[in-house]
Amino acid sequence: MSILRSVLSRQPAGQRVLPFVVILFGVTVLASLGNLLVPESSSLHVSTYTITLLGKYLSYAMLALAVDVVWGYCGILSLGHGAFFALGGYAMGMYLMRQIGDRGVYGHPTLPDFMVFLNWDSLPWYWFGMDQFWFAMIMVALVPGVLAFVFGALAFRSRVSGVYLSIITQALTYALMLAFFRNEMGFGGNNGLTDFKDILGFSLQSDGTRVALFIATAVLLALVYGVSQWILGSRFGKVIEAVRDGEARVRFLGYRTDRYKVWLFVYSAMIAGLAGALYVPQVGIINPGEFAPLNSIEVVVWVAVGGRGTLYGAVLGAILVNYAKTRFTALLPDGWLFALGALFLLVTLFLPKGLAGLYGQVREGLNRHSNTPATAEETTP
Amino acid sequence: MRLAFVFWFGLLVLWASPVWAEEPSAEVNTLLEQLTEAGLRETQPILERLASSGDEAVVLPLFQTLLDGDLYYRRSDGRLLVETDVDGDDHYVDYFSGEDYGELGRREQSKVRINNSLRGYLSEAIARMQLSHEDPAVRTAAVRSLLDDLDENTVSLLAEARAGESHREVRQALDLALAMYTAEQGENSAARITAIQDLSESLETDVRNLLFQLSEYSDDGGVKAAAAEAMQAIDQKVTFYGYVDQLFFGLSLGSVLLLAAIGLAITFGVMGVINMAHGEMLMLGAYTTYVVQLMMPNMINQSLWVAIPMAFLVAGSVGILIERCVIRFLHGRPLETLLATFGISLILQQTVRTVFSPLNRRVASPDWMSGSWEINPVLSLTYNRLTILIFAVVVFVALLLIMKKTSLGLQVRAVSQNRAMAKAMGIKTDWVDALTFGLGSGIAGIGGVALSQLTNVGPNLGQSYIIDSFMVVVFGGVGNLLGTLVAAFTLGIANKFMEPVTGTVLASILVLVFIILFIQKRPKGLFPQRGRAAE
Repeated sequence: MSILRSVLSRQPAGQRVLPFVVILFGVTVLASLGNLLVPESSSLHVSTYTITLLGKYLSYAMLALAVDVVWGYCGILSLGHGAFFALGGYAMGMYLMRQIGDRGVYGHPTLPDFMVFLNWDSLPWYWFGMDQFWFAMIMVALVPGVLAFVFGALAFRSRVSGVYLSIITQALTYALMLAFFRNEMGFGGNNGLTDFKDILGFSLQSDGTRVALFIATAVLLALVYGVSQWILGSRFGKVIEAVRDGEARVRFLGYRTDRYKVWLFVYSAMIAGLAGALYVPQVGIINPGEFAPLNSIEVVVWVAVGGRGTLYGAVLGAILVNYAKTRFTALLPDGWLFALGALFLLVTLFLPKGLAGLYGQVREGLNRHSNTPATAEETTP
Repeated sequence: MRLAFVFWFGLLVLWASPVWAEEPSAEVNTLLEQLTEAGLRETQPILERLASSGDEAVVLPLFQTLLDGDLYYRRSDGRLLVETDVDGDDHYVDYFSGEDYGELGRREQSKVRINNSLRGYLSEAIARMQLSHEDPAVRTAAVRSLLDDLDENTVSLLAEARAGESHREVRQALDLALAMYTAEQGENSAARITAIQDLSESLETDVRNLLFQLSEYSDDGGVKAAAAEAMQAIDQKVTFYGYVDQLFFGLSLGSVLLLAAIGLAITFGVMGVINMAHGEMLMLGAYTTYVVQLMMPNMINQSLWVAIPMAFLVAGSVGILIERCVIRFLHGRPLETLLATFGISLILQQTVRTVFSPLNRRVASPDWMSGSWEINPVLSLTYNRLTILIFAVVVFVALLLIMKKTSLGLQVRAVSQNRAMAKAMGIKTDWVDALTFGLGSGIAGIGGVALSQLTNVGPNLGQSYIIDSFMVVVFGGVGNLLGTLVAAFTLGIANKFMEPVTGTVLASILVLVFIILFIQKRPKGLFPQRGRAAE
């Protein structure tokens, strides 16, 4: 916690980490206690389903945070962050797969079921070490980080930016999706990795583990939030924001803007990987569908709804949109894509700063109202 | 060979249709009566007499029906019947008059039965009759159908036919058959080797099989070597035609990519609008084709000509609507445009899913697009791919002419180069924007019509092309129509040539990775805009 405290104390006055952390911890503690201590008959009881759902939202929030860090603060619109999320998820999935041991359908001591099914004799080299939790956790951050570094170094050095960058990030995740669909890749092909049994020796089905995973997600989210706030408030962060507002000018001032962008991109990809790793044990499956370009672009809309350029906006947007999605798909399964599409349109046309900017927008509108009553109805630019 | 077969089969169908044959002569009639009464042993002499009756127009289709096992007769009066399928029921139709007797019970009809030796006789008799048929295509097909089983009888038949044959193609086929027989059974090795050398010109599979047999199992060393050599020559040719085939498939994929990307080359390339709903314009075009076909179910051949302008109008007007309602408010904010148009694409997809169901729909192809152009036994080009290839080029040229030669094209280019100046010169930029976007979307709709002929039409049709389309435009160089053409064909051919080595999925991944790397190296594409247009 000392790291956290130092992070908290160093954050700038503009955006406060503390209120966010307090609210997050409050919700987490209440929900956990509600699940574990309050009897099921009570109306205050929080079901395990809700806990898992909340955990899922929080890992989505972390992914949204990752996108916001690069998009909101540096102007890099990545349509491929789902790829980093899924890679982190696959690393965690591989660890969980190894934990199954001989309890699989075929009962093979080391090989996962799908490899036995494909008549493989031994584990591919990239599966070695994945039975160790610490090694898998390193991979969770390292694999997305390395991919982001290679991709970012190539892209930013040759000054690919704006829409071009967005489209090639989308192509990147699309290519990875195609690749992971292949059985020969050794990641379970179409079905992905699933049927997990336990994590660190605790059964994934038990309420206690679920709550623990939820709490871990909340703690890590708070930590990532704090670290991001600290990074963005630092000198480095100031340069990043300057790059967003005028890259050429920053470059002429003598900064190697491509390096700043690459490292920010790597950091963001690592957060996305971590989010994926937290997501997988809670939902119990990871498959190539997570690489689908639509998933990545949905994340962008969470951030847009919440308000890019503010970390709490990204978190808020992710939770709100996903809550709406859960409710919507239960009530009106066909309607969700309409709603999502409309959300894209409305936010880009009327809420360029998202919900986080709504207050400022309304106040501006009211000011205009008092000054020039003729344009009263127009609260939007 | 397939074409010839289709033709030959078509002739048979023509004969077999209800007005198939004039009533037979009295002599044939008596024989036919005997046929229905005869036992299996007595059948062959009757058939022989039928064959020698000289009434080929009657006998040839009759033998064919008999060989196919479709010939029946009515027990009551011995009229010959054919079993045909009418709306899923087995109906019995009078062989000569074509009168439909409906479904007959087991007691009322009986099959004219044949056995294996009769089948052998029938095939030979049919071949003999066909070899002397007046149509050379039928004669060639008859020779070809005999290639895989040559024996003394058939060879003497063929030799006889060869002596009286004057048509060039038929003679070639006959020579081939005779050479195959000589190569296999010839009297001395010199004759066999000469025959084998003649055979090395041919690409028939039967020839290759024969040469393989000879090169492996022949007792004669000279023949063995000659066969191996001939086989090598054939294999070389087959490999060459294999490459030609791959090239054609590459061009075909390229034409699909071109049709998918060409609209985007206008909206994204020339106008600079990131339209993520572009794929849905393709989809709208494809669904328009489907709806037009539903509305004119009996005129599939003509419906395509209606569908093309309709698709242009539908997709074009949706495009103009999008431009007027959304895109013009987001001018100069590419990332927001990207997100908003993505939202539109989701809405369009879901609309189609709600209206037409999420299932894929099949669009029928007109007759003239089915079948294939048989160049030689190992190379045939399907007509639908050929048509789409030509169509893509035609659409491209039309678009190029619009952009270079019309006043709209001039205005579009002026607005994309310098909006303020164009406006100052009196160009209605708003109007030009809407029209250009409509044009790009409409062209995408036309592309959708072509795509509907190759794949099933479904709500996800557009999604599967959007990334490819962007890749093509970016690879070719934004704002450069010719670049789009080159890029589409390059990517198509590269993809098809990699496929045999790497497999389909890996090939498309490699192409994507290649483009990603390429953009890093040359962010402006293959043919970047230069000069004033680049600003």
